[in-house]
Amino acid sequence: MNVGLPHFLTVAAVLFCLGLYAVMSRRNAVGILMGVELMLNAANLNFVAFSRYVQHGIDGQIMAAFVIVLAAAEAAVALAIVLAMFRNFGTVHADTVQSLKR
Amino acid sequence: MSDTTVLYSALAILGLPLASYALIFFFGKRLPRQGDFIGVGFMGIAELLALRIFIHFWQVGDPTYRVEAAFNWVDLGGFRIDAGILVDGMTSVMLMVVCTISFLVHLYSTGYMHGDRRYERFFAFLGFFTFSMLGIVLANNLFFLYVFWELVGLSSYLLIGFFFHKHSAANANKKAFLTNRVGDWGFWLGILAFFTATGTLNYFELFAHVEAGTIKGALLSWAGVGLFMGCVGKSAQMPLHIWLPDAMEGPTPVSALIHAATMVAAGVYMVARLAPLFGADAMMVILYVGAITAFIPATIALVKTDLKRVLAFSTLSQLGYMVMALGAGDSPNAMFHLTTHAMFKALLFLGAGSVIHAVHSQEIPDMGGLRKKMPITFVTFLVGTLALAGVPFFAGFYSKDGILGSALAFGMTSGHYLPFILGIMAAVLTPFYMFRLVFLTFFGKPRDQHRYDHAHESGLNMTIPLMILGVLSVCAAGWQTADKGWFSRFTVPYDVPAIAAEFHLAAPGHDVPAFDTQGGHPVQAEADHGDAHADAGHAEPAHGQDAHGGDAPGEDAHGGGHHDVAHTAHQRAMVMSIIMVIIGIAGAYWVYFLRKVDTAAIQRRLSGAYRTLQGQYFFDELYAATLYRFTLWWAMMCAAFDRIVIDGIVNGTGYLTRSLSWISGLADKYIVDGAVNGIATVLQGAGEGIRRLQTGRIQTYLVYTSASVLILILVYKVL
Repeated sequence: MNVGLPHFLTVAAVLFCLGLYAVMSRRNAVGILMGVELMLNAANLNFVAFSRYVQHGIDGQIMAAFVIVLAAAEAAVALAIVLAMFRNFGTVHADTVQSLKR
Repeated sequence: MSDTTVLYSALAILGLPLASYALIFFFGKRLPRQGDFIGVGFMGIAELLALRIFIHFWQVGDPTYRVEAAFNWVDLGGFRIDAGILVDGMTSVMLMVVCTISFLVHLYSTGYMHGDRRYERFFAFLGFFTFSMLGIVLANNLFFLYVFWELVGLSSYLLIGFFFHKHSAANANKKAFLTNRVGDWGFWLGILAFFTATGTLNYFELFAHVEAGTIKGALLSWAGVGLFMGCVGKSAQMPLHIWLPDAMEGPTPVSALIHAATMVAAGVYMVARLAPLFGADAMMVILYVGAITAFIPATIALVKTDLKRVLAFSTLSQLGYMVMALGAGDSPNAMFHLTTHAMFKALLFLGAGSVIHAVHSQEIPDMGGLRKKMPITFVTFLVGTLALAGVPFFAGFYSKDGILGSALAFGMTSGHYLPFILGIMAAVLTPFYMFRLVFLTFFGKPRDQHRYDHAHESGLNMTIPLMILGVLSVCAAGWQTADKGWFSRFTVPYDVPAIAAEFHLAAPGHDVPAFDTQGGHPVQAEADHGDAHADAGHAEPAHGQDAHGGDAPGEDAHGGGHHDVAHTAHQRAMVMSIIMVIIGIAGAYWVYFLRKVDTAAIQRRLSGAYRTLQGQYFFDELYAATLYRFTLWWAMMCAAFDRIVIDGIVNGTGYLTRSLSWISGLADKYIVDGAVNGIATVLQGAGEGIRRLQTGRIQTYLVYTSASVLILILVYKVL
């Protein structure tokens, strides 16, 4: 079986959907963060795949490297927010932290 | 005495009573004796000034001499009214009369009103009245005259109602005021008619207009009747006489001053002053009104038992004489009678006041035999009675005789004998009722012993005026008739002959040659007046024609025949009036002194006539049944109209407005407010709905975002 671009895109789409599902369904803020990571990696996979099969350059790979850096920075900031949230509300469940609603 | 001095003296005479009024009114309570000395003193000064003017005019002796001054009072472009004063012979006589009577009444009142609660107010009102009356006397145009005319009405109202706590007095002054209003209404219309037709209000300009024919015919007649209505009201002529007897509710000095001597003379003075303004028809009205007024009240006076009321009715009768003389064109004799009448009628009223003061009653049945108790009052009252009755050598004889002579001469020339007949009948009644009064009051046995015992002669401040007036009642006429005595130096300086001539031409059934009206105006009077009359050979006054017309050129040639008529008429009238006086006095002596006739029996036998006279011919009842009832009915109709139509419109408008507001309110509530609230509700509802999108759960937002992206992609794909 010849592995081509559609296979990569399918895997990336499945990955994205799983990440999306995790973000939408998880109550735990850390879980949500992990879902976001999955979605970012799905995007990275697409970048690299398009770079390999469509453009024949390294632009996609550079962008993927940027995204990895960005994800690391994001994970640092987001985990800091989760820590602050836990300290203020005593929980990491995103649905119970809704003081803006009132 | 220069003209300027005359003017300033006249102004001072006018101002003094006003000053007295103001001073007493405002400071009377704080002054010693409540300020009565101000009133008496100021009037004394005014009296001296009036005497000075009087002597001046007597010395000049020219009835046409006059001093006039005016200043512009109102100027509205085409409409101009002057305020000015006029002093001539007639004015000086009136000044003398008013000031003399007023001064004596002031003096008398210090005794009569002593101890009254509103003593100072009384003197203030007396001053105010005198001021108003002097204003009438001095005015030089109709408007100014009218102003003071109304002021006299006002002060009369105040003084009649001086004892306003008495119900009858409060009613009497209202009656007097309202009755005068009726007359003044006509007076004002007359003034307006003259002003509209000629554009001036000044006396002498008006006379010139009448002579030039600017105003003539029916308008002149009706305007004259209008002016005369003022006289009918103020001088209490029939049928507006009803207020004068009731006005006796005022204090007696007021009755003497206002309702005998001066105010009621205002009407006569006005007509005499404005004599040239009355056309022939108006003169006829004046003549008959005067004649009727001379007779009817005299009959009422026969049965009245109230001392002052008898005098009131005799005043009406005497005023009727004066007006009759005016109507016959003989204004000099009217003024002459006014002068003498003022003296003896004031005397009679003050004498009556003295009696009332002594016995504390006005009813003749409470009196009797007072002769011994009050000798001075008795003698002076008797003198006044003799003068009023027209006994020779007393003042009233000469003036009344002149009037009767004129009336008879008028009858002989024009065929209108009725005024003379009424006059001569009144002349027999006058001595009868006056001597009835004297006999019942001062002679016989006291009918009320208690009152008699307490009666006493009044003090000097009351008896001195009586004595002065007593002397004047004897000598005021100067034992001469108006055309020969002192009065000829003052008599009416107007062209009375012209009117008399017109009058005679208009009257049917006589063959007297017409007067020369052109030459009738007395241009000037010579110094030796008496001689002129002696030369002309016509001693008696008839229609004013010969009063001072002797020097008018061209008149003797035409008027000779008439003078003979006047002469005979006058002699006959004199003889007849003396006979009438004798009959009257003898009758009263027979009935009331000798008691040969049972008066009660006559009353019973002629009960109908007695009741009619006692009820004053039921004029009051007649007016009550007709005029008052009509007025009340009309007022009720107006009130009903007001209530139903006017109030209906007002209330209907209110109701309509309220209904419209209600509807408008509904619109406000449901449409305007509805719109506003609706917008708010929609927004609120929308907010409520949209609010649900903001759950605060981050996953929800993510769902929205994903869904939106998916939708956008789908839209992109489809399109």
